[in-house]
Amino acid sequence: MIAALDRGLRQVGHIVIDAIWKLGAASRFSWLVLARSSESVRRPQLTLNEIFFTGALSLIIIIVSGLFVGLVLGLQGYETLKRYGSAEALGTLVALALVRELGPVVSALLFASRAGSAITAKIGIMKATEQLSAMEMMAVDPFARVLSPIFWGGVISMPLLAAIFSALGVFGGYLIGVVIIGVDSGAFWSQMQANVDLREDILNGIIKSAVFGVAVTLIALFEGYDAPPTAEGVSYAVTRTVVTSALAVLALDFVLTSFMFTGV
Amino acid sequence: MQANAPSSSRPSPSNRVQSAAFLGLKPCAVSAENLVELRDVEFRYDERPVLTGINMAIGRGKVVAIMGLSGSGKTTILRLIGGQLSSNKGSIGVDGQLIHALSHRELYALRRRMGMLFQFGALFTDYSVFDNVAFPLREHTRLPEPLIRDLVLMKLNAVGLRGAADLKPEALSGGMARRVALARAIALDPMLIMYDEPFTGLDPISTGVIANLIRRLNDALGATSIIVTHDVEESFKIVDYVYFVSAGVIVAEGTPASLRASNEPFVHQFVHGDTDGPVPFHYPAPAYARDLGLEHHA
Repeated sequence: MIAALDRGLRQVGHIVIDAIWKLGAASRFSWLVLARSSESVRRPQLTLNEIFFTGALSLIIIIVSGLFVGLVLGLQGYETLKRYGSAEALGTLVALALVRELGPVVSALLFASRAGSAITAKIGIMKATEQLSAMEMMAVDPFARVLSPIFWGGVISMPLLAAIFSALGVFGGYLIGVVIIGVDSGAFWSQMQANVDLREDILNGIIKSAVFGVAVTLIALFEGYDAPPTAEGVSYAVTRTVVTSALAVLALDFVLTSFMFTGV
Repeated sequence: MQANAPSSSRPSPSNRVQSAAFLGLKPCAVSAENLVELRDVEFRYDERPVLTGINMAIGRGKVVAIMGLSGSGKTTILRLIGGQLSSNKGSIGVDGQLIHALSHRELYALRRRMGMLFQFGALFTDYSVFDNVAFPLREHTRLPEPLIRDLVLMKLNAVGLRGAADLKPEALSGGMARRVALARAIALDPMLIMYDEPFTGLDPISTGVIANLIRRLNDALGATSIIVTHDVEESFKIVDYVYFVSAGVIVAEGTPASLRASNEPFVHQFVHGDTDGPVPFHYPAPAYARDLGLEHHA
């Protein structure tokens, strides 16, 4: 009985110590990525390549998803608003829902599964095949040359993708609400213009998506860098990236929302 | 043994030390005729000792092999010399500088003068053969692109793969990938070239080609080479000196000829490939009869 308890306690202790250890390693890793950023600024081409790799290649999924989310929002929003006789407020509903929440959050979740997983796999395989080690031995710092540009590429791409997602979503809402259902076009746009605030709504949405970009890209980079150098190790790391990023995005969204939109 | 006399064009040791000082690097009390010196080096992984009491002196211009069984700590020695791992005890000097005393910037400055060939080449899979070899040149020099092109083609020509410049790494055989990696390792004309298991998994022709290249490039570049390997036949043909590592300690050292004649049991077993000896055929196990359940019946 006591032996079983002892074993159980030891296991819990191991798990806790491992988690703290990993958190420490992740913090140190994040610090190194940030501290070695000068190369990403000095050679913008490196960062631009990564914006293409993480951002531009995620465009299709972001555009299609944004459009469909907007279409659904338009349908559901109209159904609900009609009950209260305020179908003209559809533009406001669609825009606020997208700019404040759905744009940043859904595009971050898509970004984690499209670009985050690709980053983890790329770094994991570069590490497993000793490409990062080889770079170190060629006196090229992999943090400065590879990891930092990917980080900044992700941080810059994320708000742009969220903006595109929201824009396509609004267009989807317009298609359903105005073109198909027949809500008044003038009311749709003017209510939206009157009720969406540049600082309160749009800027806060951009800040959110930048924070998500930091979180998702750092998680993806760290999981890749920390992956055991085996096929299984890299595959688990990719899974962990998607799961951890998704949870981190949702948790951060709650925290940020509670700071940004209280009392509005 | 091939020609290993220092060529006249090779910089003298004193010039090397002066050039280190010129580059603003910290000199230390390491003897001038040795490029690499390890003194009482100890390395532990977690609490498990990997290397203990390692002493080595690798003379300038020499090709030296570090041999031993898989897992005996050979590759760790290379990583310690390259500063990718740091020792728990002892000192490692490369070209008059103590590795553990260098700052990040100084270590990277020293690494510019080292080349390392990884076991499977470690080529950048996104880049073509040409771009792989051009990588260190583009990162560390401001040479115009036409000049880089000429240099890359010269390096590729030295390993016989000028014609493969446009191929991607996945289109290369194991031996070719290693030759490209070798061209990349010598791109900046290093003073020290380290080879991690350069012969593993290669056919006999590729093995011979790589072995030949190691010796020729070492002498042509006036470099010093360290080869980590367990291939006795090929390496004994090209090296000047050999260290045998077993279970983290150096058990024997000498020239290939003296080691071939050695009666030291481990060296004899290793050089002649005997199946049993100080390195047992059987992994430690309980008594055979007990494992088969025969002792109960007896």
